[in-house]
Amino acid sequence: MYKIVTRKQLNDAVVLMEIDAPYIAAKAEAGQFIIYRVDEKGERVPLTIADYDREKGTITIIFQVVGASTTELARLNEGDYIHDVVGPLGVATEYDEGIKRVAVVGGGVGCAIAYPQAKKLHNMGVEVDLIAGFRSKDIVILEDEMGKASSHLHICTDDGSYGYHGFVTNKLQELIDGGAKFDEVIAIGPVPMMKFVCKVTKPYDIKTLVSLNPIMIDGTGMCGGCRVTVDGKIKYACVDGPDFDGQKVDFDELMRRNSTYKEQEKAHLCRLTGGVR
Amino acid sequence: MANMSLTKTPIAEQEPKVRARNFKEVTLGYTPEQAIEEAQRCLNCKHKPCMTGCPVSVRIPEFIAKVAEGKFEEAYAIIKTTNALPAVCGRVCPQEHQCEGKCVRGIKGEPVGIGRLERFCADYMMDKAVAVEKAEPNGHKVAVVGGGPSSLTVAGDLAKLGYDVTIYEAFHTAGGVLMYGIPEFRLPKAIVQHEIDNLTNMGVHIMTNMVIGRVLSIDELMGMGYEAVFVGSGAGLPRFMGIEGEGLVGVYSANEYLTRINLMKAYKDDYETPIMKSKNVAVVGGGNVAMDAARSAMRLGAEHVYIVYRRSMDELPARKEEVHHAQEEGIEFLVLNNPVKIVGDENGHVNGMECIKMELGEPDASGRRRPIPIEGSNFILDVDTAIMSIGTSPNPLIRSTTPGLETNDHGCLIVDENESTTKEGVYAGGDAVTGAATVILAMGAGKKAAAAIDEYIKNKK
Repeated sequence: MYKIVTRKQLNDAVVLMEIDAPYIAAKAEAGQFIIYRVDEKGERVPLTIADYDREKGTITIIFQVVGASTTELARLNEGDYIHDVVGPLGVATEYDEGIKRVAVVGGGVGCAIAYPQAKKLHNMGVEVDLIAGFRSKDIVILEDEMGKASSHLHICTDDGSYGYHGFVTNKLQELIDGGAKFDEVIAIGPVPMMKFVCKVTKPYDIKTLVSLNPIMIDGTGMCGGCRVTVDGKIKYACVDGPDFDGQKVDFDELMRRNSTYKEQEKAHLCRLTGGVR
Repeated sequence: MANMSLTKTPIAEQEPKVRARNFKEVTLGYTPEQAIEEAQRCLNCKHKPCMTGCPVSVRIPEFIAKVAEGKFEEAYAIIKTTNALPAVCGRVCPQEHQCEGKCVRGIKGEPVGIGRLERFCADYMMDKAVAVEKAEPNGHKVAVVGGGPSSLTVAGDLAKLGYDVTIYEAFHTAGGVLMYGIPEFRLPKAIVQHEIDNLTNMGVHIMTNMVIGRVLSIDELMGMGYEAVFVGSGAGLPRFMGIEGEGLVGVYSANEYLTRINLMKAYKDDYETPIMKSKNVAVVGGGNVAMDAARSAMRLGAEHVYIVYRRSMDELPARKEEVHHAQEEGIEFLVLNNPVKIVGDENGHVNGMECIKMELGEPDASGRRRPIPIEGSNFILDVDTAIMSIGTSPNPLIRSTTPGLETNDHGCLIVDENESTTKEGVYAGGDAVTGAATVILAMGAGKKAAAAIDEYIKNKK
């Protein structure tokens, strides 16, 4: 059982929880994830680790409420317990030596995962452009934190209600056109967003890392549910990823496979896909 | 006077039509009277051929003699001296290749139903309070990585000797393949849990949600005061064929399909894990896992379930009883067929499997006749789900995070005859060493490893 020590509502649908998990906190690195199970009858759901505090022995997760499993998690309060939390899973993000400027692109709740990446790079002395996209002003999260974790924070909204009016891909293109030389781009968010970020960077041959969120059960390389096609080969997001070279990922297949249980979800809201981050 | 019947005493089973739509246990087990009757078929051979076929050397004629006398508790005690999990083995061992395969009664007629009798003894004792023997602690700590059959055996044997044993399990519950792989209708999970509870009652600690290789390394375990580590981390990544269409919606590995059903209870309405509601299912492969997946698909309501296997019925690696049960339940065996492509509709969902017919040629390295495709015999099987059950390759997690732990070309951990790895104090067994094999072979390895670990720690002093 894992105690929730802090719970914050970041916007109407996004919740932050700090969880007492000393073993995980001792080892967690940016890019890794956990799998939780709310109770005995719950699903196993993967969530990226947004932050950790080795001294306090806690990890932080930030998630969007989209269905039963996240609804149930969001219902828990400070002092409540989550039945199971296992991690850290996956390979920590590896950065190339000598990188000077990086664009970290986050979409919606994906900003919660883009944020620790930006923070780590920023602390390494890298110039970080954090491009954070949201539908509108009212769902912007982590603005202060992201500001501190980047050299240039570019908040974008689809409807123009705050910051830059447009998609993250438009902003990224503008920056590149304006002469920004990115050694690397890291994109974390909805699959279509990651796909289109890769389209933007491809002509410039900029290495683009994406963090994938396929359906998953065990997270240790046993079930094969999280397989993705990368460079024409089967890779397992849980042990080979979750980060992959975005130019080589078959995003269309990933989108299809992530929709495997969409019909069942609609028919019966209690049954959801695992891949929610 | 021995019972000279040429056939085993019949055992009650659920009717095929009924059981093919539920997840309750198929075989109902012997009554005490039936057990005594079957036990009386044993000739109590002096040279005990049956025992030579048992990877954990169960004292078979001795326990059967006690069953014949109606002394079931004593029979159970005899089994327990060498077998930590009798209720499991009685159900899932391939007895026809082991004990029963060596039984002299099998020369003319059917062998003694050793598996059925072992199961009877374990089930008979299940609801009886058996005083747990807690050994005097010897002050030594051993860590066990993984909670499957080899690990449970190591833990049980070492706990009996007074070791302080901790099992590190990656899932939220221990049991390994006994929990996530083998279905309820073949091995009820309450029985597995009962065997695990026996271990914890003996003083074995179980730490769940601990993925060794990520949260702690083997070296870190050694630094935590464990004098030896046993690695029973299991087989690992499911294999796919590498054919077109394996990324379509509706293609599962057998591991995923079975884990959703068995561990995550997708077949129960009050659990949240989803699983596809399939109409026609093709399971590729011919082993026990393939049979389990096929029979599970039938129980979830499929209309047609096919086993697609590239060799013939004679080469099916599954336990005979499972093949027989599967046939009774209406699983259709498309043997001498091999998939060449999985076909999808415009939405990327499986809507067929293209297969090619095969014929058998000369024997290959495995000693079985090599299947050869028949040119131009391709056809499309009308299915909406494909379950790949063609084996696994070892999990890289432990070998890639443990310096000094060597593996062979297949990625399996290298061990000597004592299950000792290339790293001092680290032992291994089960599928992590052999690649996908059986529960009982894993238990046999666990037994050897436990004895070797005991020797190693005693000699270190």
